[in-house]
Amino acid sequence: MGSRASTLLREEEIEEIKKETGFSHSQITRLYSRFTSLDKGENGTLSREDFQRIPELAINPLGDRIINAFFPEGEDQVNFRGFMRTLAHFRPIEDNEKNKNAAASEPLNSRTNKLLFAFRLYDLDRDDKISRDELLQVLRMMVGVNISDEQLGSIADRTIQEADTNGDNSISFNEFIKVLEKVDVEQKMSIRFLH
Amino acid sequence: MSRVQVLFCVCVCVCVCVCVCRLPSLYPPNPCPILSQSLRPLLSQHGCRMAAVWTFSLLLSPCLLWPSCLALTPPAELPQPHNLPPLLGINSSDGSLSVDLPRALRVFSMDYHHVQAPFEIVLWIMLASLAKLGFHWSGRVPAVVPESCLLIMVGLLVGGVIYGVRHSAPPTLSADAFFLFLLPPIVLDAGYFLPGRLFFENLGTILWYAVLGTLWNVLGIGLSLYGVCLLAQSSLGDVSLLHCLLFGSLIAAVDPVAVLSVFQEMHVNEQLHILVFGESLLNDAVTVVLYKLFESFLRLPSVSGLDVLLGGCRVVVVGLGGLFVGLFFGLVAALTSRFTSRAQVIAPLFVFLYSYLSYLTSEMLHLSGIMAIVTCAVTMKQYVEANVSERSNTSIQYFLKMWSSVSETLIFIFLGVSTIQDVHMWSWPFVCSTLLLCLIWRATGVLLLTAVVNKLRRNAVTFRDQFIIAYGGLRGAICFSLVFLIDDFPKKRLFITTTIVVILFTVFVQGMTIKPLVELLDVKRKKRALPTVSEEIHSRLIDHLLAGIEDVVGYWGQHYWKDKLVSLVLFYPQLVFPFSVHAHKKWYLKPPVGGSKHRMKKITQSGLTIMSTSYCNAVLDPRSHSRPLLPEEMDSIRRILSRNLQNFNNKVNTQLQQRLYVDICLVEGSL
Repeated sequence: MGSRASTLLREEEIEEIKKETGFSHSQITRLYSRFTSLDKGENGTLSREDFQRIPELAINPLGDRIINAFFPEGEDQVNFRGFMRTLAHFRPIEDNEKNKNAAASEPLNSRTNKLLFAFRLYDLDRDDKISRDELLQVLRMMVGVNISDEQLGSIADRTIQEADTNGDNSISFNEFIKVLEKVDVEQKMSIRFLH
Repeated sequence: MSRVQVLFCVCVCVCVCVCVCRLPSLYPPNPCPILSQSLRPLLSQHGCRMAAVWTFSLLLSPCLLWPSCLALTPPAELPQPHNLPPLLGINSSDGSLSVDLPRALRVFSMDYHHVQAPFEIVLWIMLASLAKLGFHWSGRVPAVVPESCLLIMVGLLVGGVIYGVRHSAPPTLSADAFFLFLLPPIVLDAGYFLPGRLFFENLGTILWYAVLGTLWNVLGIGLSLYGVCLLAQSSLGDVSLLHCLLFGSLIAAVDPVAVLSVFQEMHVNEQLHILVFGESLLNDAVTVVLYKLFESFLRLPSVSGLDVLLGGCRVVVVGLGGLFVGLFFGLVAALTSRFTSRAQVIAPLFVFLYSYLSYLTSEMLHLSGIMAIVTCAVTMKQYVEANVSERSNTSIQYFLKMWSSVSETLIFIFLGVSTIQDVHMWSWPFVCSTLLLCLIWRATGVLLLTAVVNKLRRNAVTFRDQFIIAYGGLRGAICFSLVFLIDDFPKKRLFITTTIVVILFTVFVQGMTIKPLVELLDVKRKKRALPTVSEEIHSRLIDHLLAGIEDVVGYWGQHYWKDKLVSLVLFYPQLVFPFSVHAHKKWYLKPPVGGSKHRMKKITQSGLTIMSTSYCNAVLDPRSHSRPLLPEEMDSIRRILSRNLQNFNNKVNTQLQQRLYVDICLVEGSL
């Protein structure tokens, strides 16, 4: 299995992924073997069912949305590059990257991009705004069955009230960033991938 | 006049003090106008009253002491034969049975020796507890002086009283009593309530500090002290290198009891707390082994390199051995707890018995008892909490807290009492250099080790944290007991005196100043400010997101093995079938059909608080969508969120139990 994985992934691909995501060589090969172990159909792409087969993900309250985040707009299969592109958001921000101000494009694991990923979990219709209904949906998923709709509505109202600065009764991405400025997002949204 | 009478009197006096202190609250007017007028600018009304009453009672207590002691003195000729039952027979010099016949029937007699041992023990515990009680009632003192300091002072007072009355040294803390009876409850309590996730996340750093840091301290202090002894050849010439190393090994140890008592009152961030506390727990393996090693070296005619190598192996064996003993007993306890459903009352007993057994077993095998008991507690906690009833869980927690509290109080009081010794050997260079060296070596050790470990950690240990780690290295009763265990040699008294000085210095000076220093350095405290509702919700979202991504990636970093175990429990229950209750396994696999009330209780005890529908409706009224919310509604929202946002550590359980709850509601609703 290990040897098959490394022969299927070409060096040029590894280099490209490295450049795009910032993962190291060994991390990429390791994640590739994870990719192939999830890929039961052995066709080089993952479908939603492959993700749903992960047992812990099935009981995660946001499981479906997380799975959706891997799939590009409207597609049902994700290849390894897409897989890595999504995971790149969760790479820890390293010190030498913090100082790179003159980067051509912002790296995938910057604070803004991490927050954008979280924002998109709420914002299903991609209109760059978290409406009250979208917020309610996510809240209901996280909170469970014990709270009545009215209480949940009050909580959602309060959340929007705290964030909303332009009075449109929804949370835009900038408002979202502002509300989370005290939270250490770089640390919370990072996984230490083993080398 | 015997010890017990003194103790009894002291207890009576403390009782009186406590009661008298509370008396002013019944009578509003100021009992001592003169005192209050002079001190009025300085003290508040209440504080002034308290001060007046304390001085009054302290002056009163010796006056009470004398008459009560005299009253309690038994008649000089205690007729021993009267008090023994005739069946036992009496040994007289010629071996024949001879009983002094009473001249008249005694209506009232006292037989103290019959109850001596338990009576004295109870009196000591009573004194400790009353002192603790008095401490908490004494107004603003707890804010400034940590509890350990006050208890030592009470101990000093009692020791002084005993010494003054009997003109001989008061009872000292015997090493056996300390290690076998006083230390295990505290360590068990610490292990049972250890924040598991935080501990394992920082385990590498903690081990780094515990093993390497202690080694650094021991060798540093030992060798430097030897240097000092060589320099002060005249007074300290007969202290050999091995003795210095032995002393270094016992004085370098950071004590979990002292650390706990001081850090509990300070609210530093959790990471710092777990680093210092974890280090103090784990360095026991290194300390005790080094101590025993140097002690056995002292007894050997000569020490070779092979012995040193073997000593190194021994450290590993002791540490790992303790770990395995603890694991074994923890699993056996988990297994036993599965069967306690029919005799729920004794379920807590098993927790204590197995933990204590693990401690005693590892002490018997000369392994690390502290490691064993901590491992045992951590292992069995998960299973025991699931298997035993809610009441048993509460009992376990309460008893643990109570026993560890009593132990800790007793330890500090005895530390104070034992300070009053007959003979103290004092040597300015030795004592002062020990104090200085302890501080210096700990500071440099922490700095160096942190420099290395920061490269490997994600959250660096900041300079301020390092200062607190170095400064928070308090020594306590473990050093004290170990120093008494040293084989007798001419300078043993000096070692004892120095140890006492170091302990008192660290507990008093460092213990009292650490809080202002923390505030001064503005160490990142536990976030006191409540997070906003948005922050809570979004943080929770991010937590779930990260959990999901980690599941996709396929490992959890430090949590990999723990969560693999969790998934094993849930999805392959037959693997852990022996350890968890049978009903627990069936319980989440299919919805309940009856006995829903019992299962409701089971659910609540696992961490998800079910809010009854009545409470739901009472908390918030339906509101319109656009109205801003009032502060009391904010509070209720916070309460709802904190109870109901999926608890992250129990995420797997709660989700399944949620579905179960829905089924229960449906079942109940249909009834």
